Amino acid sequence: MDVKTGFFYLFSLALLFASFRVITARNPVHAVLFLMLAFSQASALWLLLQAEFLAIVLVLVYLGAVMVLFLFVVMMINLNMEGVRQGFWKHFPLAAVIGVVIALEMAYVLLGGFNVSRVAPAAPGAVEVSNTQALGYLLYTEYLYPLEIAAVILVVAMIAAIALTLRRRKDTKAIDPSEQVRVRSKDRMVIVKVPVTRAAPAAPAADNAAPVETKA
Amino acid sequence: MTLTLGHFLALGAILFAMAVVGIFLNRKNLIVLLMAIELMLLAVNMNFVAFSHYLNDMHGQVFVFFILTVAAAESAIGLAILVLLFRNRSSIAVDELNTLKG
Repeated sequence: MDVKTGFFYLFSLALLFASFRVITARNPVHAVLFLMLAFSQASALWLLLQAEFLAIVLVLVYLGAVMVLFLFVVMMINLNMEGVRQGFWKHFPLAAVIGVVIALEMAYVLLGGFNVSRVAPAAPGAVEVSNTQALGYLLYTEYLYPLEIAAVILVVAMIAAIALTLRRRKDTKAIDPSEQVRVRSKDRMVIVKVPVTRAAPAAPAADNAAPVETKA
Repeated sequence: MTLTLGHFLALGAILFAMAVVGIFLNRKNLIVLLMAIELMLLAVNMNFVAFSHYLNDMHGQVFVFFILTVAAAESAIGLAILVLLFRNRSSIAVDELNTLKG
């Protein structure tokens, strides 16, 4: 058993333990943290498979962005844990049977059919480049159009997420800046012509009313 | 004993099965359901990368790249819907979502 195999068993045991804790954790924050552990172990396994670029992307995009998003949402919504845990083990027998059947079937078929231990030789005339460089050549030549579509999908996801959660409060007193900019002076001040004189009131209490009358 | 393709495929199979069990167990917690879906995608990606390494074919890794893109978009929209759901119903239990049942 060489060193690589030892590391494979170490990383995959940590990965399986972390994913087991993800699906059974009592606290959703712990579930997210164990999911981060699972992704980091998967990234280490991909390094064993010499897929360096994807391993780094998994750490950057998943641990750095998606898991933080999960953590943010878990901490933002205030869950009632008693209701969530109610009836947790009710479906466990069925789930265990289905899970074991799936795992055994897939492992049996895949182990029997693909017992490859030797890496296939590269195509004749292939140039030795690093993993990232080879992936870049493929992405920007053969897969250029799918790459553009992936970018569009990300933009659509961003716009959809913002549009779904945007909420305009009704009690806010914020001012719309575009309306402020578009305002003109005659919208704000109206000059009304008022007749200068008016009929003098009848004069009881003549002492006080006298200067007013003279002014008018 | 050297590392074979079968090792990675068996690992992917066990991971996928565990995510399926997680979907069955967490019927009341939509967040953990989304996390189980992420685990499933990780298992699939593991198989892709293993085949790509052992068959010496880079196209598998390109496919993993696109799966990662779509999974990131999916989890962003899923979490947005989850926040909206919690705001409107103050609960994220999946088995209470029967408004469309008629």
